[in-house]
Amino acid sequence: MSITLRRRTVLKGLAAASAGAASLRAPAVIAQPAPIRVGFLTVKTGPLASGGIQMEQGLTLYMKERNSMLAGRPVEIITADTGGVPANARAKTQELVERNQVACLIGPLAAFEALAIDDYIRQERVPTLSVAAAEDMTQRKANPWFVRATSTSAQCSHPMGDYAAKELKYKRVGVIADDIAYGHELIAGFQRVFEDNGGKVVQKLWPPLAVPDYGSYIAQIKPDLDALFIGFAGSNGFRFIRQFNEFGLGGKIPIIGGMTAIDESLLKNMGDEALGLISTCWYSAQLDNASNRKLVEGMERDYKTDPGFYAAATYVNGAVLEAAFQAIDGKAEDKDALIKALKATDIKETARGPVRFDPYGNVVGNVYIRKVERKGGKLVNAVIKTYPDVSQFWTWSPQEFMANPVYSRDYPPARFLE
Amino acid sequence: MQFWVIQTLNSLALGGLLFLLSSGFSLIFGLMRMANLAHGVFFMLGAYLGVTLLQAGVNFWLAALGGGLLVALLGGLLERCVLRALAGNEQGQVLVTLGVSFIVADLCLVVWGGDPIPLSPPAGLRAPLFFMGLAFPTYRLAVLFVAIAAAVLLYVVMERTRIGAMIRAGVDDMAMARIVGIRVSLLFTTVFCLGAALAGAGGVIGGPMLSAYPGLDSDMLPLALVVVILGGVGSLVGSFVGSFIVGGLYSFGTALFPDLAYFVLFLPMLLVLVLRPRGLFGRTLA
Repeated sequence: MSITLRRRTVLKGLAAASAGAASLRAPAVIAQPAPIRVGFLTVKTGPLASGGIQMEQGLTLYMKERNSMLAGRPVEIITADTGGVPANARAKTQELVERNQVACLIGPLAAFEALAIDDYIRQERVPTLSVAAAEDMTQRKANPWFVRATSTSAQCSHPMGDYAAKELKYKRVGVIADDIAYGHELIAGFQRVFEDNGGKVVQKLWPPLAVPDYGSYIAQIKPDLDALFIGFAGSNGFRFIRQFNEFGLGGKIPIIGGMTAIDESLLKNMGDEALGLISTCWYSAQLDNASNRKLVEGMERDYKTDPGFYAAATYVNGAVLEAAFQAIDGKAEDKDALIKALKATDIKETARGPVRFDPYGNVVGNVYIRKVERKGGKLVNAVIKTYPDVSQFWTWSPQEFMANPVYSRDYPPARFLE
Repeated sequence: MQFWVIQTLNSLALGGLLFLLSSGFSLIFGLMRMANLAHGVFFMLGAYLGVTLLQAGVNFWLAALGGGLLVALLGGLLERCVLRALAGNEQGQVLVTLGVSFIVADLCLVVWGGDPIPLSPPAGLRAPLFFMGLAFPTYRLAVLFVAIAAAVLLYVVMERTRIGAMIRAGVDDMAMARIVGIRVSLLFTTVFCLGAALAGAGGVIGGPMLSAYPGLDSDMLPLALVVVILGGVGSLVGSFVGSFIVGGLYSFGTALFPDLAYFVLFLPMLLVLVLRPRGLFGRTLA
């Protein structure tokens, strides 16, 4: 600790000295306030790149609309490609913080990347706006420097459990998701609320994350299910639904999806087989508010695509960051003030709707139940129900919720498997 | 009953696809003594080329052929221009192919984007096949037949033609093959192109089952490795049998022991490595 402090003091001294020297030589250069440096951790290469590239598009669009000025100060986004590898995420974070001296971070994308930088951002006290969904980052092991404006893994599944039981009147549902923490948490949230409301999860399937062929899983799906809940991430949902139809099951067993399974980015390559699919998310490109209209227009203009989960995530992060910068008059380098301002953010209208945060740094915001429809020749996620101001704890109190173990493959236990 | 029928058909279809992928891998491994780690990316590139060819309105089977030829061209360039420079240094070659696979994968990302792209099966094979109350994708059966046809063709080439004899000679004893006047260097290029072509065409043919997506390469490569280790390096019969064993292990393993899916797949590989390091059909390499 003392070593870091000493090294930092030395660095600061050096920086001051060189700044002094520079200003002696060229006094006229400093014309406008120095930019706020924001580190942006994303994934531009490798299998996770699809989401990472959309994250960059959303953020670029937001900064372009603001002419790269937030709260009266120019903002410089410094982008780092982690490749979706935890070790790289850690190294790039360190580089952004120590070499580029960023005031805060946006990203990373994946939960395992966020976990890899967890202790470092605590130690260096870097405000971080992540889209990673790992539950305990804002629950039992809440990181005080971590702010999440998207959702936890289960935050959107709770309403889906409610909707499936109460409105769709499903009784017996099967679930299938990637065999990773995100899949486990997402399914667990659905199961808990669905079963609390009288439903039964009668089948659980866990294919590994990297599976080229789902045929052997599809053949196991019970033919008499009321519905199948899919909790896939990335391109897996897309491939699963295709293969599901290939086996002639499309239309026989209804599919309902988690927040990443039926994303706008996947819809554009899907056909009529997607029509009628119901899913849950904190966002839909169909939301009718001024901020979202700008996002959709901009994405259509610049990238010829509808925004989905990831583009909306960073676009909303941009709005949250701007609100926080404004609250502290652009003094973004004051870390304590910035994180306080971030958590105190209360915006009535972002692209996803209203955004505020709970004391653990996680968003309280709307969750939408969406249904795939064809509008103007393209497939869209039309909003059919809005659950307003959903917290990560659903209807429980934080204490009550966190007294239970974190959601996993085996919690809550499956009592109704057949 | 239904379960067993469907999973058996699944095993066979996946096995067929794995044969298209791994037969080339095995031949290259056997002849050139190096694991071509770019083989997975050849498969993925084939799938993506298939996407583009199909979008241009090319007939599906011609697209498979075209994808194979284009990937073969890339394979030939890689062999002639890069691997040749590292002749005799197998470890270096393996590392280079790994590097090439990263480069090609990222180029695919630039060209085709990161979102998964479906490939439509040929018109007549789209609807599922119904029999005895069961539904099974017709296209998967077609894949199985294509794989068997390819296997027969390859077998005839390997066993009944001069070039096949030369390849077998090279696999068995390279030094002796050189002494008797076989141009092993030309043989390397031929086999590398052939292997790449099989992987590329396999990618197009696998496309309607798997779709083209970033990461397809790294999903498939380990399966090819298991097939070749089980079946034996450089043996066509080995990769044929190995493919169907792996297809079966994969399908029944994930269905019967879902928590042990990978264990079931890799345990036999481990056993073969320990008990019969040359694989089920492998011969001693000189």
